[in-house]
Amino acid sequence: MTDIATPLQVRAPSPGVTVIEISGEVTRESDAALKDAYERAGAGTRSIILAFDDLDYMNSSGIGLLVTLLVRAQRNRQRIFAYGLTEHYRQIFELTRLDEVISIHETEHAAIAAAG
Amino acid sequence: MSTQPDNRDAAAWARPVDRLTATDGHINVTGRRPTAPMNGFGRMWQKTYRTSLGDAKISPSEVIAAWKEHFPEFWPAGNRFFAPLAGIAPGEVAALDLSMPGGLKLSTGVLVLFADEESFTLMTPEGHMFAGWITFSSFVEDGETCAQAQVLMRASDPLYELGMTLGGHRQEDAHWLHTIASLAAHFGVSTQVSAQTICVDRKRQWSRAGNVWHNAGIRSGIHMTGAPIRMLRRLTQRGREA
Repeated sequence: MTDIATPLQVRAPSPGVTVIEISGEVTRESDAALKDAYERAGAGTRSIILAFDDLDYMNSSGIGLLVTLLVRAQRNRQRIFAYGLTEHYRQIFELTRLDEVISIHETEHAAIAAAG
Repeated sequence: MSTQPDNRDAAAWARPVDRLTATDGHINVTGRRPTAPMNGFGRMWQKTYRTSLGDAKISPSEVIAAWKEHFPEFWPAGNRFFAPLAGIAPGEVAALDLSMPGGLKLSTGVLVLFADEESFTLMTPEGHMFAGWITFSSFVEDGETCAQAQVLMRASDPLYELGMTLGGHRQEDAHWLHTIASLAAHFGVSTQVSAQTICVDRKRQWSRAGNVWHNAGIRSGIHMTGAPIRMLRRLTQRGREA
């Protein structure tokens, strides 16, 4: 997020499913934006889909934020999905073993279908 | 799969690796998988150790360059970090010898998960006390250059989790407080180091209790007790060859 004050886009493409669009950069400065987006997704959503189409840059602090987001979601019995990852970021998810806990899909349609 | 030009963080990340390799034969490294916080047993903790280097005219990139170059020197005595020949660079594996209570030595290692001019992150392997990573970073905040170490981890197995509650957390805090104070001293700055601890997840992951199979403390102890036998074997082989 090049502007840390810019909220992330959050939308609900289907009942119980929320998409959080991750755009720009994900670094330690993205903490507030991610927390805010998660709060707006709401405790009532059962599946959260992270859209990475417009991700430009992510460092290891950013990956850490995804881990804490994951923990929050698991605490609320929510599942997390992702799509739009380039090969580079898929490899990072594999290296950090995030791919073992976040279901990765090619498209939003596929992620929504998996989210049920 | 989306196709995009190379990202500007591409060179800073390690390539995916299934199992680590220690080139110096250090035990509890080769063949071990890197572990993330999700792969551990104990409660998940985020610990942040930070100091300000004042209004010193030091840039974050200078801080990180010095931290990478002198990393082992900033550690407290008794713990050893065997820096890779290529230095702290993405994908490199470093071996560690950590002092434990009772004069025992725990041998393990770390993978350099990420490294650029303003931060670097070390990720632990199976058997390490922690499953997770620690990020060393420097940044400017309110006009001052800050240096920070942030740990995100779970204790790897029930034995380590017990050890953490019996003083391990204090020991870890002391280690990183010392390290950051040493870094500051390198730049001629005498400063207080703050520590903030957040329990990210209070739940223990009992499904990961089996991680104890890789416990580097136990394996290091077994290796140490076998040292006389290995020495005898080497002497015997030399005798035969002579």
